[in-house]
Amino acid sequence: MITPINIKGSIRRRLLIMLLGGALVLALGLFFVFQRLAVQLAEESQDNILRASATAILDSASVVDGEIQIDLPYSAFSMLSNVSNDRVFYAIKTDQTFLTGYDDLPFPPAPESGNHEFATETYQDETVRVVVTSRAMTTGENPVRLFIALAQTQDGQASLIARVVRISAWVGFGVFVLVVALALITAKATVAPLVRLTESVSRRGPSELRAVAAPVPVEMVPLVTSLNSFMDRLSNSLSRTEEFIADAAHRLRTPLAIVRTRAETTLMRVEREENRAALKDMIRAIDESSRAAGQMLDHAMVSLRTDSLMKAQLNLSDIVSEIVGRMTPAAELRDIQLKFRLDENVTFPGDPVLVQSALRNVIDNALKFSPVDSCVQISAGTLGQFAFVKVQDEGGGFPTSDLETIIKRFSRGENAEGIVGSGLGLTIASDVAKAHGGTLEIENAQEAGACVSLYFSLV
Amino acid sequence: MRVFVLFLGLILNPTSLLAFEIEDRLILGSETSAQILRIVSTTDVELFKPVLEEFLQSQPNLSVEYVVASTTELMKAIEEEQQSFDIAISSAMDLQTKLANDGLTLPHSSAATSTLPDWAKWREDVYAFTQEPAAIVLSRAAFENLELPQNREELITLLRDNPDLFRGRVGTYDLRSSGLGYLFATQDSRMSEVYWRLTEVMGALDAKLYDSSGKMIDQVVSGELAVAYNVLGSYALSRKDSGEVAVLFPSDFTTVMMRTVLIPSTATNPENAKLFVDFLVGEAWNPTSETSALRSLNPALETVENSLRRIRLGPGLLIFLDTFKKKRFLSAWENSILQK
Repeated sequence: MITPINIKGSIRRRLLIMLLGGALVLALGLFFVFQRLAVQLAEESQDNILRASATAILDSASVVDGEIQIDLPYSAFSMLSNVSNDRVFYAIKTDQTFLTGYDDLPFPPAPESGNHEFATETYQDETVRVVVTSRAMTTGENPVRLFIALAQTQDGQASLIARVVRISAWVGFGVFVLVVALALITAKATVAPLVRLTESVSRRGPSELRAVAAPVPVEMVPLVTSLNSFMDRLSNSLSRTEEFIADAAHRLRTPLAIVRTRAETTLMRVEREENRAALKDMIRAIDESSRAAGQMLDHAMVSLRTDSLMKAQLNLSDIVSEIVGRMTPAAELRDIQLKFRLDENVTFPGDPVLVQSALRNVIDNALKFSPVDSCVQISAGTLGQFAFVKVQDEGGGFPTSDLETIIKRFSRGENAEGIVGSGLGLTIASDVAKAHGGTLEIENAQEAGACVSLYFSLV
Repeated sequence: MRVFVLFLGLILNPTSLLAFEIEDRLILGSETSAQILRIVSTTDVELFKPVLEEFLQSQPNLSVEYVVASTTELMKAIEEEQQSFDIAISSAMDLQTKLANDGLTLPHSSAATSTLPDWAKWREDVYAFTQEPAAIVLSRAAFENLELPQNREELITLLRDNPDLFRGRVGTYDLRSSGLGYLFATQDSRMSEVYWRLTEVMGALDAKLYDSSGKMIDQVVSGELAVAYNVLGSYALSRKDSGEVAVLFPSDFTTVMMRTVLIPSTATNPENAKLFVDFLVGEAWNPTSETSALRSLNPALETVENSLRRIRLGPGLLIFLDTFKKKRFLSAWENSILQK
């Protein structure tokens, strides 16, 4: 059962939110900076023209016969109209009297001679930019200050600003879109090593506990380090367990053998039927325990060795013949014939101890489920990239509902009642086949009996 | 369609008690129409009537009241008296510009107005619909034995060399009473110093001063004048007796006045006024237009295109309306022409 994982947040989502937030701030910032800049530039350029125009008008003032004369230069106003079609207003006065122009034009306080003062005012219901400047003059005996206010509406400026705002809005939008794209890519790239690590870990077989060898980014070193150390400890702990099981099994077998011998010799001497039956039950139980211990030993060995296979080139014919030869006496005890047929001989890389163990378990299994006076067919050969050994008996076959689960550890078929076994046989064979790049296939033969095939990779 | 041509003295219309001085008045269109488009204009009825008639053909439910006034009276009507005219047509580009600058106009833009070149409009308020060059009109009789001058320099030389022939027979606008004359003169002075020399020479020949082009052309035709300076060329060319006179567009520069139309902010009928503006500029700037009246106000200028100096609409024109500037200019002019 898998413990539900406590999920809080998502790296990709947090990264995306932060980047998108940043993009939004950046885009808005750009937009406002552009806009501010545009307003400033537009204002400055209008101010500059107004200043030049006002200066030209002031320069045209002269005193003739004690009277101030102003010869407005045509260029003073035409230069204003060069830039935009804005309306122009002006007012010229001295300290005492209004001279010419628009007498109701707002007249901000004038600065010192030669300086220019700018202001934004409202005139005739329109916003106007006003420049005020003054100049000292002398009419006869009296010093007089001449003031001029020159105003221009801001339609041209407004349309310029509108244009810049439009452009900057597009720039801001473009930047935003660009950063969004970058953010998506970045988020994906950032999470990618995690995804890769996850894949490489979840691809592993159930007993593969090697350290992670694939390159990982610096930030993930602590994670991978602790993962590796965790797996190391796990692997140590597993192998200790297996060693313990092997040790225990091994230590059990010898005393069991002694007890069995004693029980048999006692059986020969005992004559009362109920005592004989009790002894026979005892021997049977001892057999079962001994067999279980043997298989546990096998399984532990397989588990231990699959992580570090001692591979050698194995001759398929030799190794199967040897096991068949070894199993023959046990088969003959029950009048079961072991038939071995070699289709094609081949050598394949494998751990001899493990392969023998697998073959022994499969054949032993077949013998167990075979009826008395039947035949177990063993054939070997190659199929594609695999060497195979096929064992077929004439027993009852596998219960169809068990085909999926039967290879699991300690799982026994429904028809195994009353038969000595631990449920480890097929698990061992399957583990060995997998360790050799192959697989274990079980099926029911068409006529009768079970068919178990072991495949070993040829390369 | 019935046509009324009525003079001020003949009408008893209580709704139009006009304080400004009007010269002529015309009412066109169906009597039953509820909507009247009121136009105040400086252009003579005879020249403009065909244009109005054509406009009314496309707007049968409309009638037009067309009031003729001088440029200054027109200004007075709109600026001071706030008369409720729907359209103001004037040859005084400076005054029209001032009306727009002072916010006394209604802006209008449409597909028709967008076809105008930039120099033919100011903001969305003032639209030009004619191009009328200032010409020098010469009496062929007086120049029988002389070569016709082509520019101001040649005219100055001729006038200087033949003082007896030209004394008292040179005419030009009286800038003190004619707005158009003042506009032409100020633009001439802006263009070249030769204007002042010519004025000096004309002054030395006891130049006669007039307040309209028509009168000057009359005098040239009759032979009383030998030279009329800064006369509306379109008027001279459109006369039937133009064979008597030579119309010269000076090759050094020819000042071009543009008649402009605008919608005063006091308009009571602005939607129809906009229709009229669109019609007028559409006819004027559409090269395939057949409107004869506008054609006579737009003489063919291709041959003198390079010497044309169109008066530029815009705030520059306000300069010469400044009281100081005007006073100064007029005193300099009086000094030259009256030899004071």
